[in-house]
Amino acid sequence: MTTTIATQLPADWRDFFALTKPRVMSLVVFTGLCGMIAAPGHIHPVLGFTAVLCIAMAAGGAAALNQWWEADLDAGMKRTAMRPLPQGRMDPISARDFGVGLSAAAVLLMGLAIGWLAAVILAVSVVYYAVIYTIWLKPRTPQNIVIGGGAGAFPPLIGWVAVTGEITLMPILLFAIIFMWTPPHFWALALFVKSDYAKVGIPMMPVVAGEASTRKQILAYSVLLLPLSASPWFIGGTGAVYGIAALALSAVFLALSLPVALRRRSGEDDRMLPEKRLFAYSVFYLFALFAALVADRLLSVQGFII
Amino acid sequence: MTMTPEEKAEFNRRRKGRNLVVALLLVAFVVLFFFITIVRIGGAQ
Repeated sequence: MTTTIATQLPADWRDFFALTKPRVMSLVVFTGLCGMIAAPGHIHPVLGFTAVLCIAMAAGGAAALNQWWEADLDAGMKRTAMRPLPQGRMDPISARDFGVGLSAAAVLLMGLAIGWLAAVILAVSVVYYAVIYTIWLKPRTPQNIVIGGGAGAFPPLIGWVAVTGEITLMPILLFAIIFMWTPPHFWALALFVKSDYAKVGIPMMPVVAGEASTRKQILAYSVLLLPLSASPWFIGGTGAVYGIAALALSAVFLALSLPVALRRRSGEDDRMLPEKRLFAYSVFYLFALFAALVADRLLSVQGFII
Repeated sequence: MTMTPEEKAEFNRRRKGRNLVVALLLVAFVVLFFFITIVRIGGAQ
């Protein structure tokens, strides 16, 4: 009876906050903000803040919808079993309405305060994550992460378009970089939490294609990431500060993915250190790469042409 | 549905917390919309 009583009580506000996946949101806010600062042109600080707020709200709304849809799967995995819905601390309808409301408010505010092109891309990003990735692809194909990576690649594109009002090659390259970064980032994680996804029937690459194939694919994406990450420099969209930083960061990424690709799990007690190292580095990589993009832009604006 | 005194207390505690957060968010958005309006009609572009 305790669970039925728990769901009849209104959920604590902290559970609504947890539903927005605040830690994922911090990366989204950071890349969105960097895309905005790196874009040519000027945006009023109040409008810039509003645009980042909209990106964060939409990401939170999409995360809530994701957990509303996957509550039964989350309950079966150790990493996610403590979330508000699997724990019965919140009823599903509240989570769904919260997600729809937050996303819709974000899109409307973006349209009214910033511009409708940015608002439309923001709406597309929510649908991409909550519907195309969560509902459609994730339970169906081991390519889920590859295509789903698009969802996380939207923030810098939206931040950029909020400033310029148009889609050009540079924001598309930023989108492509995160798109290419996501598979090795996520599969490194999937290699050492493999058993959980297998248990709830999500066809992650290591489960379907096997570990050996996944390790090779991690290396393939890491190789492609090297020239792609430096391509904004090659086309003259950034200076050498970004270009050299991108080449150096991606070279380390490649160096860390090599041992992951060339080794095999030694046994059930394998500590999976190269995989954990690659995963930890991949998070740092994205922060550092976008920080370099911003540094490059600020240096060139101030006249330090390098 | 009848609630025990403990459940009633928990119900009130959560409702109070939610009301407070919603109130704060409302005030924050009023302030934000005020400044957005000033910037937009001020011809900052």
